[in-house]
Amino acid sequence: MAACENRFAKGLRDGVPIALGYLSVSFTFGMMAAAGGLPTAFIVAISMTNLTSAGQFAGLSLMLSGGAYAEMALAQLVINLRYALMSVSLSQKLHKSVRLFDRFWIAFGNTDEIFAVASGQSASVGSRYMFGLIALPYIGWALGTFLGAAANSLLPEGLRSALGIAIYGMFLAIFIPPMKKSGAVAAVVLTAAGLSCAFHYLPFLQSVSSGFVIIICAVAAAALGAIIKPVSEKEGTA
Amino acid sequence: MTAYFWIQLAVMAGVTYLVRMLPLVIFRKKIENRFIRSFLHYIPYAVLAAMTFPAVFSSTGGGLWSALAGLIVAVVLAFFERGLVTVALCACAAVFLAEWLPTLL
Repeated sequence: MAACENRFAKGLRDGVPIALGYLSVSFTFGMMAAAGGLPTAFIVAISMTNLTSAGQFAGLSLMLSGGAYAEMALAQLVINLRYALMSVSLSQKLHKSVRLFDRFWIAFGNTDEIFAVASGQSASVGSRYMFGLIALPYIGWALGTFLGAAANSLLPEGLRSALGIAIYGMFLAIFIPPMKKSGAVAAVVLTAAGLSCAFHYLPFLQSVSSGFVIIICAVAAAALGAIIKPVSEKEGTA
Repeated sequence: MTAYFWIQLAVMAGVTYLVRMLPLVIFRKKIENRFIRSFLHYIPYAVLAAMTFPAVFSSTGGGLWSALAGLIVAVVLAFFERGLVTVALCACAAVFLAEWLPTLL
């Protein structure tokens, strides 16, 4: 069996940058929700049960405007469907020693960033590594939400503005290095980025919701990669 | 706080969790099909690229120019394979400088 990354401490360490990024995003969420008149305990409860940025921001505005339950369910499904894609990919990355029971917990913590870092490991990953990786971002997400809700503007405006780019800096650091080694990865990245921009800037494509845009772009670009350069048997999944 | 908000919270959390949990619990064996395995190999890069562009251009409070400053710094450092934290923090610093320096003139 292939090597398995299963150190809790390594997971914790890898989770630090994610937790820092989450602090600022969830801080903003907490502030917005508090500005909408919701009590702090309820706002923190949203973050502790959902652990997703786009879904929470959309859900917040939906419930503040008194939307229907079915509307909420559909909105969350569309916005978060990309997680299904990530979970399928992560299911192949988990070591065979990961028990079914653990999968229920790991699934809860499968956010964009945690998925990205787990995917970036060269070996397959085990339960202990995943729990370590999820722990600090989860605390950061809840803590940031609390701080944002409790104190409406703790950070000076200039600093908050600059922190907004942190998460994208992390993403770039994950996908740019493999582009140098693999032309196929480079093609996949450029295709996905190009399509995503097309959906954003071309007038007749703008009506597609952002949740669907990510799914469409990712599926098209990854399929292109699989056609131009299928991975060999021993490479496995990323 | 009315029941309405708590039910909406339960709907949100329930749907979000099911979307994440079902695939992870259903696909427990190694997928053998080569195309699907290759597809899943490329998915992380494709998802991250689609989430980064064009969102990064409007990720800062100071508008396109400060975001571009941060993006360029991040791309260069990522190209030279610096760590995640280094790249993220240097991008933040570049944005901060790009927004702060013009105020000195």
